[in-house]
Amino acid sequence: MKSRFLPRIAPKAIGLGLLMAAGAAGMAFADAAGPVVNKGDNAWMLTSSALVLMMSIPGLALFYGGMVRTKNMASMLSQVFAIVAMVGVVWCLYGYSMAFTEGSHELVPFAGGDHPWLGFLEGYQWNNLVGGFDRAFLKGITPDSNVPTFSNGVVIPEYTYMVFQMTFAMITPALIVGSLAERMKFSAVFVFILLWVTFIYFPIAHGVWYWAGPDAIGDAAKALADAPDDAAKAAAQTNLDAVLNNAGYFNKLGALDFAGGTVVHINSGIAGFVGCLILGKRIGYPHDIEPPHSVTMSMIGASLLWVGWFGFNAGSNLEATGMASLAFVNTMVATAAAALGWMFTEWLFKGKPSLLGMVSGAVAGLVAVTPASGFAGPMGSIVLGIVAGSACFTMCAYVKPKFGYDDALDVFGVHCIGGIIGAIGTGILVAPYLGGTGLTDYTIKPGFASAGDYDMKAQVIIQAKNVLFTLLWSGIGSAILYKFVDLIIGLRPTKQAELEGLDITDHGERAYNP
Amino acid sequence: MKIVTAIIKPFKLDEVRDALTALGAHGMTVTEVKGYGRQKGHTEIYRGAEYAVSFLPKLKVEVAVASELVSQTIDAITSAARTGEIGDGKIFVTALDQAVRIRTGERDQEAI
Repeated sequence: MKSRFLPRIAPKAIGLGLLMAAGAAGMAFADAAGPVVNKGDNAWMLTSSALVLMMSIPGLALFYGGMVRTKNMASMLSQVFAIVAMVGVVWCLYGYSMAFTEGSHELVPFAGGDHPWLGFLEGYQWNNLVGGFDRAFLKGITPDSNVPTFSNGVVIPEYTYMVFQMTFAMITPALIVGSLAERMKFSAVFVFILLWVTFIYFPIAHGVWYWAGPDAIGDAAKALADAPDDAAKAAAQTNLDAVLNNAGYFNKLGALDFAGGTVVHINSGIAGFVGCLILGKRIGYPHDIEPPHSVTMSMIGASLLWVGWFGFNAGSNLEATGMASLAFVNTMVATAAAALGWMFTEWLFKGKPSLLGMVSGAVAGLVAVTPASGFAGPMGSIVLGIVAGSACFTMCAYVKPKFGYDDALDVFGVHCIGGIIGAIGTGILVAPYLGGTGLTDYTIKPGFASAGDYDMKAQVIIQAKNVLFTLLWSGIGSAILYKFVDLIIGLRPTKQAELEGLDITDHGERAYNP
Repeated sequence: MKIVTAIIKPFKLDEVRDALTALGAHGMTVTEVKGYGRQKGHTEIYRGAEYAVSFLPKLKVEVAVASELVSQTIDAITSAARTGEIGDGKIFVTALDQAVRIRTGERDQEAI
C-alpha cells in the first residue's frame, strides 16, 4: 500500500505510536504481543534483499566494467565491490539508525525565524532530515522486533527491513563511480563514498522515507474519533499531529517515491555529475579514448540489474501482496519500453540500433519507473519508459558532447535525468484516471487505508520540490566533500598512473592476463 | 624460399586458406593483429558518442613457399582476399634463409 506520506517505514513506529498515545516518553519497539509476521512476506523480503545485492555485484560492476578500457576493468570492479562491503558495515554501525529512527526534535540552526531570508527554515527540526542514534550498532534489534509495512496490522522483522534497506545504501554510492571512472584514486573513492553516505545519503533517505507507519497514524486517528469530550479531543488532535509530524520532511510534504527515484538515482546522478566536473576530463577525452572494451559484459550486467530490480521495486512494497505484483509488472514493462525507446531513437538519428544503446535504455527505464512502480499503472509505465529511453539517449548522444563534460559512463545522463523524469512522471501517472493507484490516507478511516485527495498540479509541484532539494543537497554537499577529499589525499592519480591504467597502479593486478 | 605475409580482413580468412590449400600449401600461421593503412581507421558509435578507432582488427597470414611459387601464392591470396573496398590489406614478401621441421630435423624445402 502506498501512503500519501512515503512508502517507507519507521522501525519503531508502532511502539512509538502506542507510547505517545499513553503519554509516556522514551524508546519503545513493537513487542511480541503485536501483529505476527507473515512468513510469505518475510521470505519475499529476504529474497528481494538478495536480489538488490545482485544488482550491485555483479550487475552494476559488470555493466560499468564493460564500458571502461581493459586497463581499468579491475579498478571499476574493485571500486563497486569495496563500496558494497564498506556500506554494509557502516550501515550497521550508524547508517540504519541515522536513516530510519526518530531524530531530534530540536530546531536546526537558523530555524528560529530570526533571519528573515532564512524564513523557509522556520520551525524545522533535525528529525526532518536525519534520524537519531537509538539503533547505532543495531542496538536493541532482536529476531522478535518488527517494523510496520504499508498496511494496518502488518509487520515484517526489523532485521529483514534493516538488511533490505542496507542493499539500497550499498548500490546508491556505487552508482556514482561511473561518472568518476578511470581517473580517481581508489583511496579517494573510498574516503569520499564513506563521507557521502554519511552526510548525503542517510539524511535524504530519512527525509523521504521515514514516517511513523500506518498503525501509529491509525491508532492516533482512532483516539481522536473516540475522544469523549473537547479536552480529550484536543489532546488526541495534538497527539495525531505529533504522529503525523514524526516523519521526514518530504514524507510530510507528500512526495511520492516508491523505491528511490530521488533518494537513489537523482541523488547519485547529481553527485556523479558534480564529481566529473571537479575531477576534470580523462586524459585524451573525447578523441583519444578507446571505446567500451566489452559490450558483452555490459549486456550481462544490465540484464542482472533488470532481474535484481524486481527486488528493488516490488520489494519496496514490503509485503508479498498484489501491490508487489503491480510494482513487478510496471518494472518489467517500463524497462522493455525504454529499451525500445532508446533503440528506435538511436536507429533514427544515428543510423543503427546498438546493443549498448538497448541495454542503456533498459537501465534508463528501470531508473524512471523506480519512483512510479507502486503508483502508476502498466500503460502509464510503458509511456514513462519510452520517454525515459529517448530522453536519456538525447542526453548522452547530444547534450554531453555539446557541453563537453566527461561523465564517463553517463551516470548523470541516465540516472539523474531518468530519475527526474520518473519523479515528475510519478506525480502525473499516479492519477487514477491515468490508470494510477491514487493516493492513500490512513486517517480518514482509522485502521484502514482509504483513498486520499489527489490534485495533479499540486502533486507535481511537490515532486518538483523534492527533486530540486535533492539536486541542491546532493550537488552542493558532494562538491564540498570532493574538495575536502582533494585537500586531504588528492582525487586524481598521477598522469603516468592514469595512462598506465588504475588496474596496475591502484591494485597491482590486471583484469585480464593473456 | 620466401615468406609471404598477408594482412587481410578477418572475414576473408576461410577463402584465403582454401585458395592456399588448393595451391598445395602445407601450413600457415595466422595472428590477430591491429593496424591501419590508407583506410586510416574508422568511427564507431557507442551510446550515441563517436569513437575514432584508428587501429582496426586484421589477420596476419604467414606462409612459407618455394621461391618459384611466390607469384602464384600472391595471385591466390589477392583474388581470395579482395573485396574492392578500402581496407583489403597488403602482401609482403621476404626472403627465408632456412627452415627446419622440429620433429624430424628435415631442412629447407623438405621442411616447408
